[in-house]
Amino acid sequence: MAQVWREFRRSRSGVAGLVILLVVVALALLAPVIAPDRLLDVTQLLDNPINHPPTWQFPLGTDPSGRSVLVVLLWGARVSLLVGVVATVISMVIGTTVGMAAGHFGGWTGAALMRVIDFFLVLPSLVLAIVLASVLSRSVWTVILAIGITSWAGTARVVRSQTLTVDARPYIERAWALGAGHGHVIRKHVLPAVMPLVMANTTLTVGSAIIAEATLSFLGLGDTSKQSWGTMLKLALDSGAATGGFWWFILPPGVAIVIVVLAFTLVGRAFEAVINPSLRER
Amino acid sequence: MSNTLIDSDAVDAVEPLEGDRDARVGSSFGQFAARKVGGAVVSMVMVVLLGFFAFRILPGDPVRTMTRGRVMSAEQLAAMKHQLGLDKSVLQQFWIYLKDLPQGKLGTSYVYKRPVSDLIMDHLGPTLLLTSIAAFVAIVLGLWVGQKAAWARGSWFDRTHTATALILWSVPTFWLGLILLLVFAGWLQILPPGGYDSGDGSTGLAHVLDVAQHLVLPVITMVAVTYAQYLLVMRASLIEEMDAPYLVTARAKGLREDLVRRRHAVPNALLPTVTLVFLHLGGLIAGAVTTETVFSWPGLGWLTYSALDGPDLPLLQGTFVVFSAIVILMNLIADLIYRFLDPRVRAL
Repeated sequence: MAQVWREFRRSRSGVAGLVILLVVVALALLAPVIAPDRLLDVTQLLDNPINHPPTWQFPLGTDPSGRSVLVVLLWGARVSLLVGVVATVISMVIGTTVGMAAGHFGGWTGAALMRVIDFFLVLPSLVLAIVLASVLSRSVWTVILAIGITSWAGTARVVRSQTLTVDARPYIERAWALGAGHGHVIRKHVLPAVMPLVMANTTLTVGSAIIAEATLSFLGLGDTSKQSWGTMLKLALDSGAATGGFWWFILPPGVAIVIVVLAFTLVGRAFEAVINPSLRER
Repeated sequence: MSNTLIDSDAVDAVEPLEGDRDARVGSSFGQFAARKVGGAVVSMVMVVLLGFFAFRILPGDPVRTMTRGRVMSAEQLAAMKHQLGLDKSVLQQFWIYLKDLPQGKLGTSYVYKRPVSDLIMDHLGPTLLLTSIAAFVAIVLGLWVGQKAAWARGSWFDRTHTATALILWSVPTFWLGLILLLVFAGWLQILPPGGYDSGDGSTGLAHVLDVAQHLVLPVITMVAVTYAQYLLVMRASLIEEMDAPYLVTARAKGLREDLVRRRHAVPNALLPTVTLVFLHLGGLIAGAVTTETVFSWPGLGWLTYSALDGPDLPLLQGTFVVFSAIVILMNLIADLIYRFLDPRVRAL
């Protein structure tokens, strides 16, 4: 662990990404302290101007219902990050399980699982997520589930090929010879070997899960009573903010998404380089 | 660092092709094609099954959702169920769905009260127009910048372009669309905010120009978020070729650097790229959903968006099946083209 951290620290962009993420997470966690949730309650904000450009009182202006865009942005970070992280965990669990099973069990099981992986890899995941999110009731958990279920195939594929190489190594043969069963080999030998790969993949997937959340919410499939960066942009589209020139309502959520996604990508890449030195050499 | 970023992308990108290597050895093109077509057929069957059962098995009563917020008597609900064919058992419904599918029937839209297949045909044209123009521009731009960047690896040109591409890649499509809308339709007011045409009844050249004007912003949006992957793939695969001995030969012959690149390195680097271009075309069509929503471009993506409000389940089911069929077909073409293009693989 200490060695991983030492290696990681050598990548400047990786550290920069990590710092950005820590700041964003801290802001999201502290949102109730920095901006109490009464600032989101529209009934208490009747005195506020609506669609007002930035002022000292409202550094990022106000939205169509008079809320401070900065406050909504802070609260939005909570949902966006939560969805991104939990959906990724679901996706990683499915991807790792299916990938290990597809690699470890040959014959019909492996072939059938491989077909399923290929299927989910090919299918436009946004369209499938739209289908799932539209059939289920509108809530944050629906969005999480829809993203988790549609985004695991890439991980499964990587895990499968790693499982195949691990399975062919002599120490696995030794384990077999000592009477180990499938469960033992998978848990004690395959899983630890694929874990670093899964971890690197995780940080990369969070970024795309956050974009997926924003997209689904933007299409109106999220929970409209909860603030997320996606629902902010949905409101911007619906209230004609673009043609009305209300830039302060369109820029912040998008910039926040880009910064967070980029930060996750930088951390993921740096981490990938640590566990796979061949990438670093080039 | 930026090199690490790009090169590992190339590894990811080329991987799908490598995966087939063991399977390719020692099989004729016929066997290979049969296996790929078989795989595509299996995928299509899975789409058909998923398209039906996702909408039936998942919890949630469509009639209840449709009548949300309206007072309905029990008889009205029953009548509505009957009209939509939802009073039959799931198996009966599935049988009707299977019987209709080969005839191109995809049910009747709840909202438009028209056959889903008609609606899809009506909206297919604009989507194909938008995505084909966007794909063409993105491919040309991505490949051209990609090979320039690879040849001048590490230079100022390379670093700015790959950084731009990476940032654009992290940008949600629809947000970029909103920004363009804000600048060009909101502030400058030089381009229309959305739609297919102005509806002023113009014909001939005037109409073509009118549609072209409406196309500008959606095309820029789609190109900006997709050209990055072509750029990165082209750059990475050209870098792979750059140490190849045949380039030393070409230089030793006294060829100008420019010719070495254009005649020798680029054609070889194009091989993996072409396949990936086709693989991504399907994704491009799915990306049309958000772009068309932002710009109210009346294509399949916009149709999908409009079906979400109900939700108009038969329409959603229809667009899901059609989108997936297009993507599966594109992938099949990508697989076959690669096999056809690469002489090394063909000879095996």
